[in-house]
Amino acid sequence: MIYDMKPEHIIGEYQEVTLDLYGGIRRKILYTEIETPYPDGKLIVSTTDTSGVITHLNKSFVEMSGYTEEELLNAPHSILRHPDMPTVAFIDLWDTVNRGKKWQGYVKNLRKDGGYYWVKATVIPNVRNGQVVGYTSVRRKPSRTKVEECSKLYPTLF
Amino acid sequence: MPYILTVSPDFSPDHISGWYIFNTWLQKQIGEAIHLELYNSFQAQHDAIHNDNIDLIYANPFDAAMLVREKGFLPLVKAQGMSDEAIIAVNEASAISDVTELSPGSRVAVTEDPDVRLMGMIMLEPADLTADNVQIKVCDSYVLVAKQLLRGDADVGIFLAEAYDDLSNIIKKQLKILVQSQIGVIQHALLVGPRLAHRRDELRETLLAMNVDEKGRDVLKNLSFDVWVSIEDEDMEFMIDLMDTLNT
Repeated sequence: MIYDMKPEHIIGEYQEVTLDLYGGIRRKILYTEIETPYPDGKLIVSTTDTSGVITHLNKSFVEMSGYTEEELLNAPHSILRHPDMPTVAFIDLWDTVNRGKKWQGYVKNLRKDGGYYWVKATVIPNVRNGQVVGYTSVRRKPSRTKVEECSKLYPTLF
Repeated sequence: MPYILTVSPDFSPDHISGWYIFNTWLQKQIGEAIHLELYNSFQAQHDAIHNDNIDLIYANPFDAAMLVREKGFLPLVKAQGMSDEAIIAVNEASAISDVTELSPGSRVAVTEDPDVRLMGMIMLEPADLTADNVQIKVCDSYVLVAKQLLRGDADVGIFLAEAYDDLSNIIKKQLKILVQSQIGVIQHALLVGPRLAHRRDELRETLLAMNVDEKGRDVLKNLSFDVWVSIEDEDMEFMIDLMDTLNT
């Protein structure tokens, strides 16, 4: 499940926007300008089913997202969707993995507390007996150069 | 013809006798002749795999993907609590104190160990370093990676964390760790090949019960862990998918 964000969970001054997410979900987003730096040496790992619902995650995902494991399991991966991320990036992601290919890109993710963190994300389809049964996503620390490039590029893609 | 057991060439030299003891124990338990063949290099081991000479292998995660997907190997067990982690280190006297201070053209000392090299290169990405813009210096062992740093012949070294810990204190005092991975889900696995696959269930049961008797526990102690845990097919597929996402 995915819920509207709540002011009591937000740290710092925030702005409000409503996003239309994949699967016909509308969500009220509260977001701040506070960045959490990606920790050195860690990987965020998760798997989803074919509709993007989280089925497996690791501890780093919990730490960086600010959500509990219970809140993340069975939630759509779009729980991380930040309003600064252009829809076209996710269309490209789904088009790529639906073709059975690996997708890689730089993503600004939303935290439960309204803050954000940048990642270099890789998503691959999980193929079992010739069928796609889900997706694995691994996020790692991005280079600042790439983050700066994307921070300039993404606002032009809306 | 005996079956052939081998171990990924990145094993610690301290464990050579441990693997021979393990092989002796295993042969007695399952009543089959098994020859332990330890290869000096990844290339030599890959050639043996390519020629279908291997029946049991304690494989690093990088090779495990190839063994399962291309060679029909099946997972058996993994050592509990033994994940593979990488360390990025520089000479203690180096002005570099953070990975992001490294620049393109840096000389990076590595071994042929594929998963450690992969994890290490991922940890260099925040500095915009890739295999295309650094100078890779391949060494035969982690001790030689350390020596490259001490001599100033390399700017940065990528180590298997366990191998770094095994370096002498004199060497470690002259090195500085910039970052250590905390991935936790990448680890070696014991796999069985097609010729011995008909005894997979029995092999797994035997290995899982190793810590129950004193002799088995002693054998495991020589390999520096306490107990094997089972790897289900889906666990293995997950790790292969994970390696696949990293290998870009």
